[in-house]
Amino acid sequence: MRALTWHGAKDVRVDTVDDPEIVNPRDAIIKITSTAICGSDLHLYDGVIPGCKPGDILGHENMGEVVEVGPKSTLKKGQRVVIPFTISCGGCFHCNMEQYSACENSNPAEKQDASAALYGQPMGGLFGYSHLTGGYSGGQAEYLRVPYSDFGPIVIPDHLEDDKVLFLSDILPTGWMAAENADIQPDDTVAVWGCGPVGLFAIQSALAMGAAQVIAIDHYPHRLELARKLGAKIINFRETHVQDALMEMSGGIGVDAVIDAVGMEAHGFAFDNMLEVVKQKVGIGADRAHALRMALLAVRFGGKVSIPGVYGGLTDKFPTGALMEKGVQLKTGQTHVQKYLKTLLAKIEDGTLDTTFLISHRLPLEQAAEGYKNFKEQQDTWTKVVLKPGMEATA
Amino acid sequence: MTSHDNEGGGTFGTAAGIGLALGAAALGAFLTTRPRKDHNGDDAPGFTQRRSFGHYDVVGRTVTIRKPRAELYAFWRNFQNLTQVMENLESVRPSTDGRSIWTIKAPGGRTVDVETQIAREVENELIAWRSVEGSDIDTEGRVTFEDAPGERGTRVSLIIAYHPPGGEVGRLVAKTFLREPAVQARHDLKRLKMLMETGEIATSARRKDQTRAAQQTQQENA
Repeated sequence: MRALTWHGAKDVRVDTVDDPEIVNPRDAIIKITSTAICGSDLHLYDGVIPGCKPGDILGHENMGEVVEVGPKSTLKKGQRVVIPFTISCGGCFHCNMEQYSACENSNPAEKQDASAALYGQPMGGLFGYSHLTGGYSGGQAEYLRVPYSDFGPIVIPDHLEDDKVLFLSDILPTGWMAAENADIQPDDTVAVWGCGPVGLFAIQSALAMGAAQVIAIDHYPHRLELARKLGAKIINFRETHVQDALMEMSGGIGVDAVIDAVGMEAHGFAFDNMLEVVKQKVGIGADRAHALRMALLAVRFGGKVSIPGVYGGLTDKFPTGALMEKGVQLKTGQTHVQKYLKTLLAKIEDGTLDTTFLISHRLPLEQAAEGYKNFKEQQDTWTKVVLKPGMEATA
Repeated sequence: MTSHDNEGGGTFGTAAGIGLALGAAALGAFLTTRPRKDHNGDDAPGFTQRRSFGHYDVVGRTVTIRKPRAELYAFWRNFQNLTQVMENLESVRPSTDGRSIWTIKAPGGRTVDVETQIAREVENELIAWRSVEGSDIDTEGRVTFEDAPGERGTRVSLIIAYHPPGGEVGRLVAKTFLREPAVQARHDLKRLKMLMETGEIATSARRKDQTRAAQQTQQENA
């Protein structure tokens, strides 16, 4: 089959590789119909995440048609399914607690040591996201092997086209959980740092949960415009003193809930020495840590802090004083995708949530490398790239 | 429930095959999961102590498996089952006097046999074993099964003490297994957990011939 493979920093190619096959009894094979490039894929692209090997297939926002099933799969050939980016067994302690992204069984035994050394316990398995999270092939390809297919995937009714449901795989539940983690109440003022896909979906979710006002903070004009269209007030941090503005816009109390949808992904999964290398090379370490620092200053005493943005390593000058003295509630973590699928699919079906506005580009799989380059270099206008393996190449 | 001490009687040998299978001296003190009274006052398992165990290496590990104690005990007690989760264990077969012979993979397609006997066993609670006199490897170990709180299932703790002997076999075995025996034990227990909780062992291989197990078989046959 054809697949987008990683070969090194800024070097991704569409290669011909072995097709996947059923390996374990609960597996299914999916013929990919749509697969998106995630903001977090850019950090693999930039080569700042250790644990990638040449030839790895990327892609964790996947959907397609079931073409083959193992003896223990409950899927049927021909069904259309969205695949959560988190690989979860459904049978361990964490899955039983609906903390699916912390699945104890999906990361192969011999791959668990690296993340256990970093975090105290190992991470769960993820599709197409380095060998720290299992080394699973991603779905930016014609076919994908899906483990635990009797548990993870959600079957999509035929009348809902791909573009409407694809983001159930990651960024929509991630934005939703970010808002849920902010424990939003009807009178709340909510501030969201970062108007990338997750930030935008967090804004949409916070408004759907009844927040009195949501304030979006970014510097890309097009992305701020998207946030405004969703119903948020906007702050351009290049033009405005964010802290002063938030104090004024919350009536001098401070904002009730803050959501950091920026993260330090450039440092994601970094070992501490790696962190320094990245800081030197990319020069954004201070800026990105600044987003979380700013959020902790902006939140009111007794307020709520939600961190969907990905952090992987260590950070300097973290305001532990503000964190403790203000008595805030802090919630974080990779998304427990399976927990939200039914709720969110229903909201898409009844029209409460429409996520298609985000898609700026649709490309055939063969042009995936071009998609990465532009998504990286033209962030303002290339808001979301969806790859369609079945689409004819245009150039 | 049955409980009996077993000197030379009993049934099969044991989990020596965990890949670090070895030993025979009286190492009971190292193998307890309970706090030891003779050296300090804390409640941690003995194998997490900072102090050394003299000539013996001791490794231990606990996993929580969301299955009933009896089911896990029964799986373990049928020692041949352990070949599914213990990477270096090739086979387990009965020997005389209720002992059993564990065949462990070694480099270059070679194998090492360890003969073991059950030292103590309490149904649904623990199995302890030791290698018999004259065995290639000097080892003693035990696995315990304990109810975890609430609905969490069972805590399975594996502790192994071993004393690598000298000679060619000893060096061979040390080279194979002793470099990272704790890692091997950890991985084996994780695979046990996967098999019991999910019915399969996780792999990120895209094809059957690319799994870790398949690749090792290919290397052995090469």
